[in-house]
Amino acid sequence: MRKIVLAGNPNVGKSVVFSQLTGSRVMISNYAGTTVEFTKGLLNTGEEPFEVLDAPGTYSLEPTSKVEEVASSLVAQADIVINVVDATNLERNLFLTTELLERNVPLIVALNMIDEAGHKGVKIDVEKLEDLLGVPVVPTVAVSGEGLKELVGSLSKSVNRKKAPLNISDRWSYIGNLVGQVQEITHRHHSWLEKLQDASLRPLTGFPIAAAVLFLAFQLVIGLGEFIHEAMEDYIFEGFYETLLLYLSEALGSGGFLHNILIGKLVDGNIDFEESLGVLTTGVFVELGVVLPFLAVFYLVLGFLEDSGYLPRLAVMVDRSMHRLGLHGYSIIPMVLGFGCNVPAALAARNLESRRERFIACTLMSVAIPCMAQLALIVGLVGRHGFDYLAVVFAALFFIWVVLGLIIDRVMPGYTPSMVVEIPPYRIPSFKAQAKKLAMRIWGFLVHATPYILGGILVVNILYTLGIIHFLGVLFAPAVQGLLGLPGDAVSTLLIGFLRKDVAVAMMIPLGLSARQLVIGAVVLAAYFPCAATFTVLVKEMGVADMAKSAAIMIVTAFSAGFILNLLLDTVVPAAYLAAGLVVLSIILPMVLGSTSDRRELSDLDETA
Amino acid sequence: MEVSLVEMKPGQTGVIYKMRGGSNLTLKLNQLGLREGKRIKKISSIFNRGPVTINVDNYQVAVGYGKAIRIMVEVDELEKDSPGRQS
Repeated sequence: MRKIVLAGNPNVGKSVVFSQLTGSRVMISNYAGTTVEFTKGLLNTGEEPFEVLDAPGTYSLEPTSKVEEVASSLVAQADIVINVVDATNLERNLFLTTELLERNVPLIVALNMIDEAGHKGVKIDVEKLEDLLGVPVVPTVAVSGEGLKELVGSLSKSVNRKKAPLNISDRWSYIGNLVGQVQEITHRHHSWLEKLQDASLRPLTGFPIAAAVLFLAFQLVIGLGEFIHEAMEDYIFEGFYETLLLYLSEALGSGGFLHNILIGKLVDGNIDFEESLGVLTTGVFVELGVVLPFLAVFYLVLGFLEDSGYLPRLAVMVDRSMHRLGLHGYSIIPMVLGFGCNVPAALAARNLESRRERFIACTLMSVAIPCMAQLALIVGLVGRHGFDYLAVVFAALFFIWVVLGLIIDRVMPGYTPSMVVEIPPYRIPSFKAQAKKLAMRIWGFLVHATPYILGGILVVNILYTLGIIHFLGVLFAPAVQGLLGLPGDAVSTLLIGFLRKDVAVAMMIPLGLSARQLVIGAVVLAAYFPCAATFTVLVKEMGVADMAKSAAIMIVTAFSAGFILNLLLDTVVPAAYLAAGLVVLSIILPMVLGSTSDRRELSDLDETA
Repeated sequence: MEVSLVEMKPGQTGVIYKMRGGSNLTLKLNQLGLREGKRIKKISSIFNRGPVTINVDNYQVAVGYGKAIRIMVEVDELEKDSPGRQS
């Protein structure tokens, strides 16, 4: 079967073209770097079936980063390349096009977002462009499907024009000349979106906008998530579902091995969704009743932030602060994604240029960013004891994030170069695309998390029944008690934390911990090690050696943090003061210490200049 | 007047005339369409050595301080008196 490869700059709608051609469902975001690994699909033109590959977006085939290497090697395997070009930025996009023309492969150009170009006052003479390039050029609007039939129809007309390679400055002058002949720009007034676009990049308006966006996002996730969670608990779990399970419990004889696994322990002859620890009781409740509501709202908010194009602007606003942690602004994107699930966050870190940056970003993300599944349970469990205790958990993780970044940046040789990144235009997200994306993400959670959650509960039950948890509890009691002030049985939560963090947090409920113990448990659980799914991805991304270093950092950090909290919280400092103190310290420390990366970069550039 | 991207004022327009720095720097900027002779407009810079954001054709680019300080721009003078300038 012949292969079609889609190549193009980041954020030009390549993935939309892909999903329109193949009917596959892929995730689209309004910022660079959604497709990190290429996606495959099938296209049947009626005459011939094709395999379609969606390459990651690149500005050039010159392999200066991992992403470009992938794209370049895909192009080398292609039988036909469709170059998706953003019509609103013809000149910049043609850089890649001219590089593709030099490859020994038939090419077609899809002139995408031709409608948006019209709105922006850009008029392109398609026939002339086709003439000058010598390959078919098809205007398309991928989002609505316009022009895609013609694109498929032109597959047979694709032409291989192996041109002689140009150097960079000749390439640009060739492009400049070409664009001058085919493009006409008429002046028009700025739309309100464009005004907002600039306002969110200026410090005086940008910082308040960033603060407002983050505050609203947080409020929405916590508030709406809690509301849905409670409604589900009241109307579904404690109503119909409980009655159903009680019948089952009776049918199983209210005891025995199978009963223990499916239903778990009965509390006063009744099912307690938090403490019974059965697969069908606590397992299903944790997944659907607690995690799902928060996760769904989070993904709703994230989807909007992604598709509107706000995230890269947030990256600009936080760039200064991130530099002090050895990162630059764009690494805020894996951090934000990490709040949903650490797995896609670790994958997104691939877009960062250097190994150093990827190491810092992955380590900080896995230590200090709890995923929404874990957060949902932390909010439910710790929040019960008052907002100040919940605040300590967040403040402690924020503090760890900052201090660890400051330390690694100083200890690790090299520097993180400052960013150069394209900022996409604001777009009003389409309702349909948002709904599809949300549905895909929720489905992804159900498919990937269910076996782990139910399996985790199953493992816990087996370990309890065999007495292994009690044995480990006794064995590690001195360490866990002395260091963290937690009962020996808490070791079981750390054990299950490898499998699934939300189940691990839920397992703290039957232990009857005090508020301060819950805070310590939650922080240690969040920081000490990534869950199995994240761990696998991290090993793949960072390599075994770096992952081992990173894991050592995680374990040391988590237990030190737990120990310090054990010393201070409630015994020396009340929760509210501790939270406030940690936040203030996290902000002041980087300001006082400055950034080593900055100095290293400036001196390095001076040398090479 | 020739100044670096950092020294340029928000709202000013100009033409890039020199990029001082290693080939790594210029390659990366070049791929994004920033090169000598390119007309740009500064949108903003975040104070205290934050990134500079600029308009190029129909897109926007953020350039970190360490790189922005090395991009020299010939700034258009007499902003108000030059009507019909392309941007």
